[in-house]
Amino acid sequence: MTDSDILVEVRDLKVHFPIKRGVLFDRTVGHVKAVDGVDLSIRRGQTYGLVGESGCGKSTLGRALLQLTPPTAGEVSFDGVELTKLASGKLRTMRRRMQMIFQDPMSSLDPRQNVESILTEGLQTHGIGGDRDGRRKIIAETLDKVGLPRWALSRYPHEFSGGQRQRIGIARALVLGPELIVADEPVSALDVSIQAQVVNLLDELQDNLGLTYLVIAHDLAVVRHISDTVGVMYLGALVEEAPSDRLYTEPLHPYTRALMSAVPVPDPDVEDRRERILLAGDLPSPANPPAGCRFHTRCPWAQPTRCADERPVLREIGASRVACHWAEQIASGELRPHKVSAEIIRPAGEGEEPGVVSAPSEPGSFV
Amino acid sequence: MALLEVDDLSVTFARRGQRTVRAVDGVSFSVDAGDVVGLVGESGCGKSVTSLAIMGLLPKQPGLRVGGKAMFDGTDLLQLDDRSRRDIRGRDIAMIFQDPLSSLNPVVPIGLQVTEVLTRHRGMKGDAAAKEAAELLDRVGIPDPKRRLKEYPHQLSGGMRQRALIAMAVACQPRLLIADEPTTALDVTIQAQILELLKDLVRGSGTALVMITHDLGVVAGMCDTVNVLYGGRVVETARRRPLFREPRHPYTVGLLASVPRLDAGRGERLNPIPGSVRDLLPWPEGCAFAPRCTRRVDACVGEPPDLVLTHDGRSYRCINPAPLPGIVPTTAAASPTAAASSIAAAESADTADGDGPAPVIGAEALDAGTPAGGPVPAPREEEKS
Repeated sequence: MTDSDILVEVRDLKVHFPIKRGVLFDRTVGHVKAVDGVDLSIRRGQTYGLVGESGCGKSTLGRALLQLTPPTAGEVSFDGVELTKLASGKLRTMRRRMQMIFQDPMSSLDPRQNVESILTEGLQTHGIGGDRDGRRKIIAETLDKVGLPRWALSRYPHEFSGGQRQRIGIARALVLGPELIVADEPVSALDVSIQAQVVNLLDELQDNLGLTYLVIAHDLAVVRHISDTVGVMYLGALVEEAPSDRLYTEPLHPYTRALMSAVPVPDPDVEDRRERILLAGDLPSPANPPAGCRFHTRCPWAQPTRCADERPVLREIGASRVACHWAEQIASGELRPHKVSAEIIRPAGEGEEPGVVSAPSEPGSFV
Repeated sequence: MALLEVDDLSVTFARRGQRTVRAVDGVSFSVDAGDVVGLVGESGCGKSVTSLAIMGLLPKQPGLRVGGKAMFDGTDLLQLDDRSRRDIRGRDIAMIFQDPLSSLNPVVPIGLQVTEVLTRHRGMKGDAAAKEAAELLDRVGIPDPKRRLKEYPHQLSGGMRQRALIAMAVACQPRLLIADEPTTALDVTIQAQILELLKDLVRGSGTALVMITHDLGVVAGMCDTVNVLYGGRVVETARRRPLFREPRHPYTVGLLASVPRLDAGRGERLNPIPGSVRDLLPWPEGCAFAPRCTRRVDACVGEPPDLVLTHDGRSYRCINPAPLPGIVPTTAAASPTAAASSIAAAESADTADGDGPAPVIGAEALDAGTPAGGPVPAPREEEKS
């Protein structure tokens, strides 16, 4: 892997939001550590999926990567250019090469702008396409790419259905000819039948235009479907990063395992047979994250030593990177989950069947 | 006899100067005691309005018309006056809503909201009610229930709020529980907790549960019987396993094919349903799904397809249903003339047995031979038991 292979490199990125109190003097009483030390790299032409529950900092990470939210510390380099230290004018020209698709197309499109105006705005800002006719041509091509009819140009966002609105959002990102697209929950506001259309569209665009994606989503099935590499976030940090298939067949971090077992699969046979790891309680507050491993308060495999006082770093195990002190022992079955902090629900009548759906030689595993 | 029997329920919203909206257009389903019944569909298919109509919670406005019947244990819920409806609601039938933050009163402590139900229906007061409320919260897995009783909804996390809502719903041990997208607003790990809780409550008490959701995964894990709704009508009803193994209605087939699955590989293209829910044909003019259907034949437009009953309580509303997997369509698939003739044959067979649950083996064999009228994805069969 050469350096030019990597389009985006993030090193030790931190985004902290101050918590302010007081009327006269805005005292800062603490920080919400939305993103707290993330390293990742995205290879050109590939899709990096970022999953995690709400409040884990995945959206903030996406925004910080594009410098929409200024990072507190750390470095983001895009195609070799360090973005965090870039002057605002230079940054603006860089923005042409990295665009964003937002979750809710209704609230991210101006209801008073028609589609043509929405698509022209970016072109004008960056001075692309020369005159009006040139811009029209680019816009028409973009509409074709995302599968919108030409008559859409004079219409307003409210005249479209949810799926079409999301296509407008994608067209707005594409019109500038970007290399990187950060898609923040691109399909979660859509119905399942429409979701599939948009997911396929994103796939097609990547094949045709060689785009690089950072897809942020809470839906693991969607992320698995479109990503080459998946990163799992918990409380502002990556807990595991692995090639998509590997992450799903061999999740190493306890949180990934729990997350995976919680996703419902539309197949009664799988649903009846698999073992669920139910996590106890809720996500701790990112303003006051637990010391040591952030997951140890909910971890079914938490050990009395190390977990509570030593924060694990991402280390490589096989093709994965995992932030867990005991990943190998858990994978080999040497450590068993205890029932104190979480309950393992085994479906009744499971008998000897788990081997059918479990990964090989892993007693505590599941689909 | 079924606990709840919804028969030909229809809800229309009319407004002066605007087109009348038929939100629910002849929905029929039944719920047996202790059963978990799913209502599945995309937004706008009428699943929530159905539940609100049953509960009598639709806003009373001019132009609202509710038709049909909803027999609950011998009484028609739709004919009740407000007073007797209030007696049933909360005691015999309870509901859990999607967004717990907007369905809990933000300025009333949790404890008061839970005891309100107890006071109204079980006549409990003061300490007894508070004690019972604490026990309820404990039962739904809220730690430190005594303290939580004094807290306000905003002090609870999303999962806790949903638990509190469930506690209120099960306070009077209702015989029927209607859950409208109970986990849609929650994260997956919390969703798993809540679903497990609901399963336990239903299993332990014999309460029947109507589960309204758009998530086929949730359905696969919970429901005994599934009703798939489209355009305000039930288009397919089946027990859980047959539905997922051999979906018959093209809409069900399409839904299953368009869901990305956690246990499927990367790079597999999804098979989305073309068009959007807006491309709807009004039922009287034919099958509402026809504009998006890949198995459409000419007979789909004109008049609404009849409900076809087959064995084991299965029914679907389609004249050209997806073939049963396992029976491989013949090679005639390539020839369009053969296709047309066999479709006609299947169609006549289907309309013939549409009158009752009469012999269907012949019809099934026939339409199994029917070549696919388009690129209909075969139902997934990866995980066979």
